[in-house]
Amino acid sequence: MNITEKILARASGKTRVSPDDVVFANVDKVMMHDVSGPGVIAVFEKLKKTGMKIEKLWAPEKVWVAEDHFVPAADKVSAQNVVLLTQFTKQYGIGKHFKYGMGQYGICHTLSHEEAMVLPGEVYVGGDSHTNTTGALGAFAAGLGHTDVAYVLLNGKIWFKIPETLYFKLNGKLPDYVMAKDLILKIIGDIGTDGAAYKTMQFGGSGISEMSVEERLTLTNMTTEAGAKSGIIEPDQKIRDYLVQRGATNYNEVHGDADSQYSKVYEYDAAELDPIVAKPFSPENVAVVRDLSSISLDKAYIGSCTGAKLEDLRAAAKILKGRTVKIRTEILPAAISIFKKAMDEGLVKIFMDAGAMVGPPTCGACCGAHMGVLAKDEVCISTTNRNFPGRMGHVESKTYLASPLVAAASAITGKITDPRDIK
Amino acid sequence: MEPFTKIKSIVTPLDKVNVDTDQIIPKQFLKLIQKTGFGQYLFYDWRYEKDGTPRKDFVLNESRYKDSKILLTRNNFGCGSSREHAAWALLDFGFRAIISTSFADIFYNNCFKNGILAIKVSEETLQKLFENTSEIEIDLEKQIISNDGTITSFEIEPHWKKILLEGLDDIAVTLQYNDEISKYENKQRNSKIRVS
Repeated sequence: MNITEKILARASGKTRVSPDDVVFANVDKVMMHDVSGPGVIAVFEKLKKTGMKIEKLWAPEKVWVAEDHFVPAADKVSAQNVVLLTQFTKQYGIGKHFKYGMGQYGICHTLSHEEAMVLPGEVYVGGDSHTNTTGALGAFAAGLGHTDVAYVLLNGKIWFKIPETLYFKLNGKLPDYVMAKDLILKIIGDIGTDGAAYKTMQFGGSGISEMSVEERLTLTNMTTEAGAKSGIIEPDQKIRDYLVQRGATNYNEVHGDADSQYSKVYEYDAAELDPIVAKPFSPENVAVVRDLSSISLDKAYIGSCTGAKLEDLRAAAKILKGRTVKIRTEILPAAISIFKKAMDEGLVKIFMDAGAMVGPPTCGACCGAHMGVLAKDEVCISTTNRNFPGRMGHVESKTYLASPLVAAASAITGKITDPRDIK
Repeated sequence: MEPFTKIKSIVTPLDKVNVDTDQIIPKQFLKLIQKTGFGQYLFYDWRYEKDGTPRKDFVLNESRYKDSKILLTRNNFGCGSSREHAAWALLDFGFRAIISTSFADIFYNNCFKNGILAIKVSEETLQKLFENTSEIEIDLEKQIISNDGTITSFEIEPHWKKILLEGLDDIAVTLQYNDEISKYENKQRNSKIRVS
């Protein structure tokens, strides 16, 4: 069995599972946020109306909650939703509630690894499609709708059909100026936005071993854009070290067997990869950055769970240091812990000296919520994950998805720019 | 939920691939958490002009589709975010069935949890349905679509079929089996399985 099959077999008490088997798996962690949480509460309310009594959750200590989409409260309704969420976690005794402006807070998929909320070998589900992100730690991580999250909160288990696994092998270390974002955009361009529908995307090979934990998280994060059920990477010493730094040492890693089966294997040679962007209006609509150097931009956005981790900020700072932005540039670290590290390392000063705006951690404009949404006809280069029409604001705005290096280089020139061409 | 047995309705053809949940229900409506009333916002940016008047060239605004219960669309419908509001909006608008060649995974599940039948058909069948969008009948018990004398069968998981036919709530149904599930799990636990 491969790693995904072994995790789901263990979680469902089976000795062997194969793709298409249906298992009833025990869930180790469940997450909801300020959009899915109120949705889950609405499901609870509906169940209560049918006469069901909901006095307690299956295991409040396995549930965690983030406020990230419409915070700091974008308007009265968002503020009310945060209040609703707070009442809910209090009522059901959920201790792990990352409250905005109270200690650690930020985007749920960033807190999941920053705070080691999810560990190798676990089954983790969340009320958000990018829950896949945390699979980079060696967990089975998948997004669910509100009703399914409500069900897990009550019961601690959920059905899964064992997904087939597509294996993406990266040979060699990524060259300078090429990031994990470029690789995942290239892959989505190759297989399409439904290329991994109900499949697991597993990443491996020497290039993945060389890759940092945060970069790996960019890969699994955007498996969602290929329609994947989950994304996963086998845990190694880098993952163990990352988790030790966050106080987590007690977990049961799972590794695939030597004869792991994959439904298809794709190989990429790192040396052949270039910086890539996805053009409007789909993540599969990819092009090499140097082929788009005539495209003028209005804004650069460096934010989200995909593109505002500490290393993303370091990459942007490498380009922005000592230079001045030519277009509006907004940089929103993905969690407040990352914001603080960026301050300690002097990155925030570099950004501000370059003329950029540095904002609070939030999903913000990635999902078109607030904090920098786009006007009609505005063109943005963004380190986020989706560029559907209207995703980041007006339905006639345009978003190009790119790595933080490409976004920063483009901020300097005002046009889509390969970071290797910044002199 | 209202049981789903047979429905007969004109089909609304939405001839697009990869329709994502941002198009089905844009982000500004995600803050609303009541499960009803989302129908007015369905396909909001496609459906309305900037001043809020309905766009004449969008299929949902054509009067003949006003009471349509069946949406016909192309592959990978419902991709993107996990927002269950997408299913709520389609249901609230009046759709009880969606026919496509494929659906995004989370959206597909969300449909059944909310009483919408999502039917996967072959590319060939889908094309025929697009060519003749008159009234069709979907019979869930028999698992067939009848279209102008042509009968096409479709697959559905027995669990989802039962939920829809009886109008059951998925959570309530599964919780009924908690005792059996616990017994099963204890048995499994005692068999000392180790997966390293």
